[in-house]
Order: sequence, then structure tokens, then C-alpha cells
Amino acid sequence: MHIEKIINPLLTLVLAPLLFGIINRTKALFAGRTGQPLLQSYYDLWKLFRKGAVYSKTTSWVFRLGPIVGLAVVISATALVPSGGLPAIIAFDGDVILFAYLFGLMRFFTVLTALDTGSSFEGMGASREVMFSALTEPAFLVGLAAISKQTHSLSLTGMLAGADTALWSHIGPVQLLVAFSVFIVFLAENSRMPVDDPNTHLELTMIHEVMVLDNSGADLGFITYAAAIKMWLLSTVLVGILVPHNGNAWIDISTAVAAVFILAVLVGVVESSMARLKLLHVPQILFIANALSTLALILVLR
Amino acid sequence: MTNLVDTVIILVILTNFMLLGSSRLRRCIRVTALQGILLGILAILMEDGTPTIHLILLSAAIICLKGIIFPFLLIRTLRDLNVQYEVEPFVGYGTSLVLSPLVLVVCIWLGSQLSLPMGVTSSLVAPVAFFTITCGLFLIVSRKKALTQVLGYLVLENGIYVFGASIATIQPVLVELGILLDAFVAVFVMGIAIYHINREFEHTDVDRLNRLKG
Repeated sequence: MHIEKIINPLLTLVLAPLLFGIINRTKALFAGRTGQPLLQSYYDLWKLFRKGAVYSKTTSWVFRLGPIVGLAVVISATALVPSGGLPAIIAFDGDVILFAYLFGLMRFFTVLTALDTGSSFEGMGASREVMFSALTEPAFLVGLAAISKQTHSLSLTGMLAGADTALWSHIGPVQLLVAFSVFIVFLAENSRMPVDDPNTHLELTMIHEVMVLDNSGADLGFITYAAAIKMWLLSTVLVGILVPHNGNAWIDISTAVAAVFILAVLVGVVESSMARLKLLHVPQILFIANALSTLALILVLR
Repeated sequence: MTNLVDTVIILVILTNFMLLGSSRLRRCIRVTALQGILLGILAILMEDGTPTIHLILLSAAIICLKGIIFPFLLIRTLRDLNVQYEVEPFVGYGTSLVLSPLVLVVCIWLGSQLSLPMGVTSSLVAPVAFFTITCGLFLIVSRKKALTQVLGYLVLENGIYVFGASIATIQPVLVELGILLDAFVAVFVMGIAIYHINREFEHTDVDRLNRLKG
């Protein structure tokens, strides 16, 4: 195994919580506030990891298992994602599907954890999460199918390493369509603004936050950290679709990381300039993502 | 050049999606205007080599009429009507958005079956023309407000234009201008008609226009 394959997972594990800091700072800048320190999420995680967790008497072992499985799953997903021209640690035909369904597994356990508490409040969040993910999944998979067909590769490493400048001049629109669709999926999956409001604790608006209300201490830390890594991985995929490679490993890696940070700034801009959609209107934006992905697939297949 | 044509055509497809998926009449009008402007650009791009003065004039006329004058007329009508939303269309926005890629697939199949007499600039042109025509028809039959029907008519006309542009790259400018004039008059008259419908019946829902008021 080559040593440089370790670089990407390491970067992911170390830098992922920084994304929340960047998003928060961007939003603060828009609102004219100073905002939290960039490293606030690291302090939060450190604080949470040192705390003990409180478990309700009505919960079972599922509740304790959920956060651990979530974190384990996203850490294994880091092994599948290539970035900046470097291949992933594990790459095989069809690892795209494994990648998508690792997140599916994480979601399944988050939902189970939420249901296990027996709170109707969390059940509502779980139902919303499942409903929206049922719509994001086809958009994501169909979009990646288009990229896969275009790059003649079935593994993420091949699909995302193929985004060079030559490919761009041939079929640029397909990449743009898929990228836009994946961006909507990215916002929905990470519970960001037009779909979910990560700041509020109101039952009317929350999806992800409401499911983890009963988790505390290290468990909450696991969940937050897993969410950060998930965000980093999905943005790496999005960046891999869009950003071409140069060939020089150092330049490529720094471009990829910079692009992920720029994406975080973009999320902050979206959150500052858009209001959360009505719950009934959320499926509509996900339908748009689906339509774009399908269009991309049609264009590639024709 | 083909790549650029493809890009513009994909943008036309996207405007169709936006039309099917949005409930605000004002936004629908803007999107139709955008589609008109894209067609104007397409008119120049279809021609290989340097565009002739006729083409530039035609393109300018299309952009001016479909991009500026139609939206202006329609938005003025909209302001007089006091409606902002399309409430409860016959086919929902989500359903329309799910159906439209399927329809596009059918259109692409149809386009591949069709043997056109001469080569076309891009293989996407004919399918997208069919798709735009279908979208226009769909807007006419599936929406309740009379104004959306005018938009549907415009989209239909846009589709026919794309098809015309795909089979004959150098059309007689006179024919094109004649069609544009027809469309202009139609929009003008329909705008006035809708205004009067609204004054007589206090609504413009087409499903409630099925009996005459004495």
C-alpha cells in the first residue's frame, strides 16, 4: 500500500469539523456579527468527549449503539473517497453503491436511535428524515450513474479521478447538471438550510437535530463528528466531479481542500440568503435534483 | 460550436423544467422570457461560420420580442389581474417534474426514429423541439389560470421554432418575422381577453369558464 493514500483520510478526520466553523463564520459575516471562533467545533467536540452520557431508563442498547455505528460507518466511508487525484484506500467496481449505502446504514441507525427513545418528537424527525432521504437517494445514484457512464468506470476512484480538462471540453454540461443535483443532495443530506434549519430547536423546522435531542456527552460528540465527516466526504465527491486535476499531487490536493472550503463558504452564503422551505415544498426541490440527474443520465446515454 | 449549441439547448430543457415546476406566475413569465432569449442566441449559433446580417437581425428581433415585449405585456396583465400564484393545478408540480424526464426520453427516442431530410447542427435539436412542444401543450391542459395558457402557447411556439431552425438553418427571414408578428398579436389579444374575462367573472380559472354568464 502506498503511503500517500493515507493523506486523504487523515485530512478528512482532522479538518472535517473546520467546515462547521467556516459555515458559521460566513453566516456571521453576512449578519454583521463576529461569530464563533473558527475552531469552535473542535472545542465543542473536546468538551463533549470528556463528558459522561446520560441515558434514559426507557432506552435500550440500540440507543447506545446508534452513535457508535454512525461514526464507524463514516470513518469506513473515508476509505472509499478519492480526492485531488489520489486514489482511495479501497477501490473496486461498484464501490459507489457501498458509499451511498454506508450513509444509508448510518441513517438507519440514527432513525432507530431516535425511535428507541419513544419520544413522539423524535419520531416525527425520523419520519421526515426517511421521507427526504428516499428522494435524495435516487438523485445521488442517478447522478453518479451519469458520471460513471461518462468516465467508463464503476468505482469512485475512477469516476472522480477522470475529471481532467480534456473531459471538460467534451461534455461540460453533464458535469454541471450532476454537480448541481449533488449540491442539492448535499444540502439535504447534511440538513442545511433550504431543507432543514440546523440552528433552531423548534419542532416545526427540525429534521436531523430533533433526532439527536436525547443524546448527550460522548454520544453527541460522536454524532457531531460523524456529521462533520459526512459533510466533508460529500463535498469531496462534489469537488471531485467539478474540479479538474493538474497532475502535480501537492497542487491537486491543496486545490481539492481549498475547493471543499469554498463549498463550505457557499453553503454559508446559501444559508444566509435563503429561507428554509416549507416542509411541503422540500420534496419539490428534491424532485428538481432528480430531474437534473436524470437529464444528465439521458444526455450521457443518448 | 456544437458544444455551445448543446449547452444552449440544455438550458432550454432546464427552462422547461422550471416552467413545469414553479407555481409563481411572475416567475413563469420570466422563465418564458429567458427561453425566448436562449432561442435568439440559438438562431445565431445554428449557423456555421460568420452570421449574416439577416440572422443577426432575426436574432435581435426574437430577443427583443420574446425576451422584453412579451414579458412586459404579460406582467402588465398580471398586475391588472391581481393573481400571484397558480393555486392547485390539475397536475401537481412534483408530478410534472417527475414526468418530464420520462417525456424527454420518449422525445429523444422519437427524434432518433425521425429521418430528417438534411443534417442537423446537433442531434439534440429535434428531441428538444418535441419536448418543448409537449411542455407547451402540457402547460395549456394542466394549469388552471388563463395566463399560464398564454405561456403554454408561447412555449409551444418556441418548440416549433426550434424544430424549424433544426431542419432549415437558413429560413426565409420574412417567414420568421411573420410568425413572430403572429405570436405578438396573439399575446397582445390574449392579454386583453384575459383582462376582460377577469373583469366579467372576477377570476381567470379556466375550469370554471364552462358556462356562459347571461
